[in-house]
Amino acid sequence: MNYNFRFGALAPYWDDIVEGVVLTLQLSAIAILIGLLIGILVAALRTGGPRLLQILAKSYVEAFRNTPLLVQLFIVFFGLSSLGLRFSANEAALLALSLNLGAYSAEIIRAGIESVHKSQREAGFALGLNGFQVFRYVILFQALKAIYPALTSQFILLMLTTSIVSTIGANELFHTASFIDSRTFRSFEVYTAITLIYLVLTLGFRSAFAAFYWIVFVRRPAR
Amino acid sequence: MMREFGFDDAVYLLLAARWTVLLTVVSALIGGAIALFVAILRIVPFRPANWLAIGYINLIQGTPILGQLFVFFFGLSIFGLNVDAWTAAVTAFSIYASAFLAEIWRGSLQSVPKTQWETSAALGLKYVQRLRYVIIPQAVRISIPPTVGFLVQLVKNTSLASVIGFVELTRAGQIMNNTTFAPMTVYLTVAAIYFVICFSLSQASVKFERRYHVAR
Repeated sequence: MNYNFRFGALAPYWDDIVEGVVLTLQLSAIAILIGLLIGILVAALRTGGPRLLQILAKSYVEAFRNTPLLVQLFIVFFGLSSLGLRFSANEAALLALSLNLGAYSAEIIRAGIESVHKSQREAGFALGLNGFQVFRYVILFQALKAIYPALTSQFILLMLTTSIVSTIGANELFHTASFIDSRTFRSFEVYTAITLIYLVLTLGFRSAFAAFYWIVFVRRPAR
Repeated sequence: MMREFGFDDAVYLLLAARWTVLLTVVSALIGGAIALFVAILRIVPFRPANWLAIGYINLIQGTPILGQLFVFFFGLSIFGLNVDAWTAAVTAFSIYASAFLAEIWRGSLQSVPKTQWETSAALGLKYVQRLRYVIIPQAVRISIPPTVGFLVQLVKNTSLASVIGFVELTRAGQIMNNTTFAPMTVYLTVAAIYFVICFSLSQASVKFERRYHVAR
């Protein structure tokens, strides 16, 4: 093996890398927020909505969980634009990522809702709360606590999958990598360095989520 | 030259799906063999072995599969190995699968009640015998539903091999799109084929889960 590793070749592109990291974090944060809202809504519909909406919610979840994100991204970016609905790369990325995460988190949240004992629901109704209030004040918090680990793993997975949106030219970390690669031709160094940055981000996310769990669910006992 | 998306094009996509399936099967087999080894390293009563396995799993689970794919596609050639897209894809997906399957199987191994270890030790079985005759057979049953569930992830992730130019279902869709220029039709067809494969697997996983819960 006579290959000279030159990680120094990446140094001039420091700014681009930072920008890529920032966009990756922005995309993840917004997609997580929208995805979580979609997830809660869809899970609530699936467990307690009218029959027709239950079926619609289930179809949405199954459709998105059983097809690749890459293909979903192509449908949004190329497919919808051929029908006249044009998005920029970042908008298409956000839409696809949020809808994708929405389907996964709906499934996780549904499991959480079903894990809350039915006596809790009954007690809520006995106290005179309506369906929405029971969901909002009795079920949701307990359900979120039960599924917190699964949900946050899904968020971390989403952060890693944002790399896929580089394929439609959204300017995030992985796209930065291809850009630097095309300038320096140090493919192996570039992708190794970028992969390690993702590892650091993952570990950071994981610690932040663990700290948040402690603050919300441990230090302050369940209401 | 532009033409309509027709029946022959749908057949072309279906044929390309063979490569998606083949890539999944081969990666699952190789990845499974590595995963078995890593899962056992993860539970043997020898700390450094545990740490090694944890480090490996964290490294693979903490980085995007797209990155791993590129590292192998561009990286192996540094060592004088001439890699084509197929080799790089199989290597990356096997390693990806090995980390996730190792975690799934570790969970399964550890969910076998402790008393089973103790009883088999009391019967005079050695560590390897306990694992081989008592623990693994029970763990296998527990692990089937999540393993099948992971295969769904693997099928979907093989779509990323299109990025390094391997012609599987998604890449075939891109090629088709370039000739027919009907992205909505093409990608919806591609999505439908993935859906049929993945949904069948998902349903199988649910079925297994139900069966084994009843049995317990």
